[in-house]
Amino acid sequence: MEPIKVIIDKCVGCELCVKVCPYDAIQMINKKAVIDIEKCTLCGACIEACKFDAIVIYKRSFKEQEVTSYSGICLYAEHRNGKLASVILEIIGAARKLKEDLNEKISAILLGNGMNSLAEELVLYGVDEVWMIDSPEIGEFAEDVHTELVAEILIEKKPEIFLGGGTIIGRSILPRVAAKILTGLTADCTELTIDSENKLLRQTRPAFGGNIMATILCKNHRPQMATVRHKVMCEAKKVKSGHEGKIVKFNHIKIPKTKIEVLEFVKEEDITVNLVDADFIVSGGRGLQDPKNFVLVEELARTIDGAVGASRAAVDAGWIPYSHQVGLTGKTVKPIVYIACGISGAIQHLAGMKSSDIIIAINNDLNAPILDFSQYGIIGDLFEVVPELIKQLKGLTGSKNK
Amino acid sequence: MKIIVCIKQVPDTTSVKMNPETNTLIRDGVVSIINPFDTYAIEEGVRLKEKYGGEIIAISMGPPQVEESLRDALSLGVDNAYLLTDRAFAGADTLATGYTLAAGIKKLGGADIIILGRQAMDGDTGQVGPSIGENLGIPHITNVRKIEQIDEDGIIIIERLLEDGYLRLKTKLPVLLTVVKEINEPRLSTIRTKMLARKKEIILWDSNNIDIETDRIGLAGSPTQVIKIFIPSKTIKGKIYQGNVKTSVTSFLKDIQSAGIQFIKKEDKMKNGTN
Repeated sequence: MEPIKVIIDKCVGCELCVKVCPYDAIQMINKKAVIDIEKCTLCGACIEACKFDAIVIYKRSFKEQEVTSYSGICLYAEHRNGKLASVILEIIGAARKLKEDLNEKISAILLGNGMNSLAEELVLYGVDEVWMIDSPEIGEFAEDVHTELVAEILIEKKPEIFLGGGTIIGRSILPRVAAKILTGLTADCTELTIDSENKLLRQTRPAFGGNIMATILCKNHRPQMATVRHKVMCEAKKVKSGHEGKIVKFNHIKIPKTKIEVLEFVKEEDITVNLVDADFIVSGGRGLQDPKNFVLVEELARTIDGAVGASRAAVDAGWIPYSHQVGLTGKTVKPIVYIACGISGAIQHLAGMKSSDIIIAINNDLNAPILDFSQYGIIGDLFEVVPELIKQLKGLTGSKNK
Repeated sequence: MKIIVCIKQVPDTTSVKMNPETNTLIRDGVVSIINPFDTYAIEEGVRLKEKYGGEIIAISMGPPQVEESLRDALSLGVDNAYLLTDRAFAGADTLATGYTLAAGIKKLGGADIIILGRQAMDGDTGQVGPSIGENLGIPHITNVRKIEQIDEDGIIIIERLLEDGYLRLKTKLPVLLTVVKEINEPRLSTIRTKMLARKKEIILWDSNNIDIETDRIGLAGSPTQVIKIFIPSKTIKGKIYQGNVKTSVTSFLKDIQSAGIQFIKKEDKMKNGTN
């Protein structure tokens, strides 16, 4: 990325910049300003002189950023296999709430190949403008390319707020974008609101494994950036007809070559592992006593069409693969219902499942910490409780399907 | 091969104290450890050195007591350790931390591979790695679970974890990696390695020793500010079922159904068209 550049579409060839440049670094070529990077000191004189906002500096001074010219809520529309990442609808939901307070438009940066239908989908859910680069040169997993392009678009469009998913990809791209454009980024937010007085984005997130919550502001730098924890915000619903969105193409931005080659993507076949998206999760812990008893957890999970999770104790004991681990060093989940079987509830485990809508503990110890976090606690031997639960549930679903 | 591992010292406790005036964490007086995720980074770095030869350096930023954690790193196989320590670094957010650590790494002449844990267990952000990568102008890859191979031309092949599988990726050194715990099983230090670590010097650098713009470090160089810290409401009074298993389960299911939870299969939901 060049430290300073001319947005060719906006340049009208007026030569004002040429006149003000103290370093004789700008020439007109084909009636467009061209900046000689060798001579340019990034002093910014041309930017002030340009009446068409056609010059942008990427290496901004950290200290002196003017924040008033930024407006709008923008999001990074992460997608895979032709589908938006599920967190994206949640972010749009959050953005629409912010829009009510800010009364500014929602935009989405969409990068990839064959993006038209996704662009339309974004509009359907309430995005006002899709800022799109649609090109076969943009690889699906080319994070370095996405990073560059996102940064370029942000510099050009100057949104006030920029949000991305608290996904592995989002949490890789956004920190790099923030470091590129020198602004603040808050990781994995669980709540986003607009401060009624100063109109700043209040970004709230858990830290110390959820032991404390912190509310964070980014006062003097723009955009205010945040990644949004998956499975916390409410998904946007489709907007009623009449909402019109615009698709803006950024074909003038040069697409860099990726430095990271994708050899293959290997999908982990085990369907029980897809914990993060599951509505129901049944987890097993040390209380299962033996690896073969995980069958019980699995059967309960199957009965309610849920996923199988595990505590670290169960994973460390080798009873079940790490991919099932819920907790601070495993996955963070937010199912509708989380059933913890024989899990005492160490703080690290709680950190990964505490925000579940409903937590149900099946435990033989009335003093287990998990019960402090559970809406329902069934006290008893899990080897009796779980089979009974399966039996009664099967009775229920059976009658439902008639 | 030159390997640099960035580590963070974190409090080994779940109790958190705050400075009410600055709204920053009070780290004094708490037993501190190397961020558990970083121990995998150290181990991977040591293994790379054992396999390919070269040097492994640990670097950290923080108050003087971080020396202890760096000494632990030395006892785990790290050759040399550097601590960026200066009151001016205090209060740094991830942007300022990435910038400062990158400045330290530049002073060390860069590296072929820079390794970090995927996130720190106190802040849980995972943002410093990518930020260092950007400041150094080298690619970064997060959530690495395996380094498959590095050949003589510096081509590296790795496995990188995603939510639903993994990517096999190929790039050229230098590169910055953040690693997950699946990548290895860290060794423990022995009395002998601890003794050897005691004898080594840990180099301290302050803000004058590295090439930095002073308005980009510490609190002043941090765009984000914590304005409020609060303890989330901890306990809830849930309903407890005890005694006869059958009646417990029956009344539990009755209650949860009246709370609006239907344990029916997804296909049924689709059929009803409620979504």
